[in-house]
Amino acid sequence: MLEELLLNSRQYGNLLEGTWVTIQVILGSFALGTLMSLIMGVARLSRRPWIRGLALVYIEFARGISAIILLFWMFFALPILFGVGSMPPMLAGILALGFNMGAYGAEIVRGAIQSVPRGQTEASIALNLTERQRLRHVLLPQAVPIILPPYGNLTIEVLKGTALVSLITLTDLTRVALVIRQNNVISSDPVSIPILWINVLVIYLILAQVLAQSFKVAERRAARKFAST
Amino acid sequence: MPARWRWDYAWEITPQLIEGMLKTVLATLLGIVLAVVLGLFLALGRRSERKWVSYPFAWFIEFVRSTPLLVQLFFLFYALPQVEFLPRSISTLSPLTTLVIGIGVHYACYCSEAYRAGINSVPKGQWEASTALNLKTTTKWRNVILPQAIPRSLPPLGNYFVAMFKDAPQGAAITYAGVLFVARALQSADFRTVEPFTIAGILFLIVSIPAAMLVRRLERRVAYESD
Repeated sequence: MLEELLLNSRQYGNLLEGTWVTIQVILGSFALGTLMSLIMGVARLSRRPWIRGLALVYIEFARGISAIILLFWMFFALPILFGVGSMPPMLAGILALGFNMGAYGAEIVRGAIQSVPRGQTEASIALNLTERQRLRHVLLPQAVPIILPPYGNLTIEVLKGTALVSLITLTDLTRVALVIRQNNVISSDPVSIPILWINVLVIYLILAQVLAQSFKVAERRAARKFAST
Repeated sequence: MPARWRWDYAWEITPQLIEGMLKTVLATLLGIVLAVVLGLFLALGRRSERKWVSYPFAWFIEFVRSTPLLVQLFFLFYALPQVEFLPRSISTLSPLTTLVIGIGVHYACYCSEAYRAGINSVPKGQWEASTALNLKTTTKWRNVILPQAIPRSLPPLGNYFVAMFKDAPQGAAITYAGVLFVARALQSADFRTVEPFTIAGILFLIVSIPAAMLVRRLERRVAYESD
């Protein structure tokens, strides 16, 4: 019974290669998305109106446009607009997903910084900390436990978004499954199509669970850091 | 060297892209109807006191929420027709039906969480009063709990509706002729990419930014009324 639900080792080999590409895309998008989240989240609280305005435009634009439209635009239109020939699909995927993630992440960061009690800011000013010190050593460390839970959910959303790169020719997990399906007719050992897609769904489920558990560990660590104070 | 942006071409293709956009909006609206109804059903199943009912509901919700919509669409479109014991009329779906079921079920799982939060926010006294008044279970839910829970679920539901609209272009992958599909068709017909994808993006922002603003206004109003 269980064997009917499994694929053969060659097919699993192919799916794992695709999974590795998916992991690279999520790592790259996460890095870019986190950088954008921090910069734009802090910029939203800047004293200078034009910085606040710039961050707001970025957030509204990157959230309003859908990740899939942004991805296609970056892959097909951007290189021609700048006359650079073509863009590697991996780079387009990471840029589009990271850019998109940053807009949602910025709102999480902004909300978390704002939720740090006002007395902390006042104390930092009283202690004559510079603005940078206040942010790095007082506000952000206290915002982390508030950022982490919604940030974990956001990261899982981005993981699901990585499947979109299969549509711009990157051979990620989803595209490997599409290729197996296409070659199935001429294949010497054909596979059951429903079983193939169920396996792909389960691999994504496992990746999402790994992410969710990692964030739970990080949340516990962050909570412990402040438990003693 | 050919021009990077041609206005005449841009104007020529805009009507086609708007037509595709209307189809994307149509699929979103149908998906919303399915998600709103199915989501409530899932939320109630998830709350059941019988574990053999609530566990499968919880697993289903977790599974759907943890896997990509695109792969779910491929499953519905490519895998379902190959399931032998299903009759053809059920298993073979048109692109529109596939997309509506795909985003409808996917977001029903998100909506169920919004309903759940809304139901949990109904004060305990309301439940106790219903029990004290000896109301039937159906009367309690229809006349006491849900009328109070649903308004509080509206802002998060609204956010999911906007998210559904943003995911609806994924229908292009299963040949549904929405805005992205039209842009790709233009790309392969005319070998131009800048205008189709840029206009598609602008059309998207024209719909999604006002929609998001509407949801934020709703959020403020509900927060104000429940104070």
